[in-house]
Amino acid sequence: MIRVDGRSDTPSLIRVRGLNKTYRRGGEEIQVLQGLNLDVDQADFVAFMGPSGSGKTTLLNLLGGLDVPSAGSITVAGDEITHMSASKLTQWRARHVGFIFQMYNLIPVLTAFQNVELPLLLTKLSKSERRKHVETALGVVGLADRMNHYPRQLSGGQEQRVTIARAIVSDPTFLLCDEPTGDLDRKSADEIMALIEELVGKYRKTVLMVTHDPVVAARAHTTLHLEKGVLVEGERKGVLVGGAA
Amino acid sequence: MKFSRFILANLFRKKIRLILTIGSFAVALFLFTFLAVVKSAFSRGTDLAGADRLVVINRAGLINTIPLAYRDKILRIKGVKYVTHNNWFGGVYQDEKNFFPQFVIDPENQRQVMTEMIVPDDQWNNFLKDRQGVVVGGNLAKRFGWKIGDRIPIKNALYGPTKTWEFNLDGIYKNDHPGGDESQFWLQWKYFDETIPAVIKDMAGWYVVKLDSPDDAVQVAAAIDNGFANSSTETKTETESAFQAGFAKQLGNIELLILTIGGVVFFTLLLVTGNTMAISVRERTGELAVLKAIGYPDRFVLFFVLSEALVIALIGGLIGLGLAVLAIPVVGAALNGLLPPLLLSASVLGLGLAFAVFVGVASGLLPGIGAMRLRVVDALRRV
Repeated sequence: MIRVDGRSDTPSLIRVRGLNKTYRRGGEEIQVLQGLNLDVDQADFVAFMGPSGSGKTTLLNLLGGLDVPSAGSITVAGDEITHMSASKLTQWRARHVGFIFQMYNLIPVLTAFQNVELPLLLTKLSKSERRKHVETALGVVGLADRMNHYPRQLSGGQEQRVTIARAIVSDPTFLLCDEPTGDLDRKSADEIMALIEELVGKYRKTVLMVTHDPVVAARAHTTLHLEKGVLVEGERKGVLVGGAA
Repeated sequence: MKFSRFILANLFRKKIRLILTIGSFAVALFLFTFLAVVKSAFSRGTDLAGADRLVVINRAGLINTIPLAYRDKILRIKGVKYVTHNNWFGGVYQDEKNFFPQFVIDPENQRQVMTEMIVPDDQWNNFLKDRQGVVVGGNLAKRFGWKIGDRIPIKNALYGPTKTWEFNLDGIYKNDHPGGDESQFWLQWKYFDETIPAVIKDMAGWYVVKLDSPDDAVQVAAAIDNGFANSSTETKTETESAFQAGFAKQLGNIELLILTIGGVVFFTLLLVTGNTMAISVRERTGELAVLKAIGYPDRFVLFFVLSEALVIALIGGLIGLGLAVLAIPVVGAALNGLLPPLLLSASVLGLGLAFAVFVGVASGLLPGIGAMRLRVVDALRRV
């Protein structure tokens, strides 16, 4: 269940309270996020929409531990991440977050297999165990037969599938998708969204996604709108779930 | 190691740039090694000079001579064990470019003073019996393909009208010190003294004094110079090592020249490799940001950049050192004795490798720290 009123009594997988983010630019203070509350449970699939500069990507960066908030707290699976040191946060990201970016950001000199293996190199898994995990992840995204291909030998949709395999290979707590279909044609975008839906439905992955595309957003369980750093409305498959706290 | 594939894959992403960088490393290391070998060749005389030997020359300069009569006076000074006298012959063998040092020696005392230059007894005895006999260094004999019994003509214009002196090769000396001088040509004092004009007879070019103990060097040197003070031929006595150093300096400040060129090579290489690594890191900003995003700690990012720089340095360095191993003997032979023997020692190779590693790490350090400090959020925004 996704709530944005900050009044959830039951413990949720991701719990955000009073989240603020302020930037200083040329002596001027810009408030990007203002007192955000959010509760996301396991296997929830939420899309964030909003105009440019509304704070979507900032929110995603904060939830993924890539940035630190100016105020407020983020708790994931019982861990409060807002006060973690940079090195602790790095370790936490490796264990809990799978990132899927718009531009894929694969390493061009590594094969699909090697790209997917990257997060596992930080673990104590043996070579054979790593191979097993990578083959499983590439099997889930339907690229088992392309594992020795380099990114330049793959289509955009296939590259994004490799990115998804890299994101899920270490079995993270949740996935963060920043415009995952932004660089794809409609057909490829549909396929990627079907894959993300499968990860949520079949593998019970929690997905938080930023998108500009209402068609893509409609595939999520819930769409939350951000405007000037405030969550202004939310829809759960057509049902309003709350407003700014 | 599990990251080696990743590091190597990154290295080979721009093959031409990699080849050029490795090439510049190889050339620089070759140059560095060559300069180090030349420097060691020039300083070898100083390094190997006997600590218990003094050289006495005319205070007015090495080209001025000293009376032979000084010999006995020097020998009487406390702390002096042996004295031998030498002179510069300065002849030409076949062609002026075939330069090698030719010394007129005092056979009676030469072996007692220059103990590191070993001549087999039978050869030495033949030399003593032969007025026209000569003993030459092993390298010199090898250079001209001389064998015992060969007749060697040397043209000389320093002592009277130009004439060709004929010598018999009676002995070949080996130097006991590795890398020590084996390029000298020794001829008999008697033959020389009998043949030169009367006005320059009984004069030595310099004396070499063997001491009872190296600790006596300062007192003995002072005693010799004081003994001949205010005479018509005053002397200047110094340790053999100081004499060799002063002699090398007459060719110019070789050490400063070599250090200056070496410094330029070092900084150029540092800038070239540093720039390559900086460009390489800048091109990969997005990739490095993703690595950090998915949980790679900052120290790993630094490690990747440093490893790449180090691999470039080691490959380029080893190629450069390999070139030096192959080329230095060839260059040494081509110089035809113009420089002291060029010897590429294990210590010079080790120094070259250490130089390569140092430049590799130093050139990767700044780009590596930059990559380490990269903020993921900022970097991803740039992609």
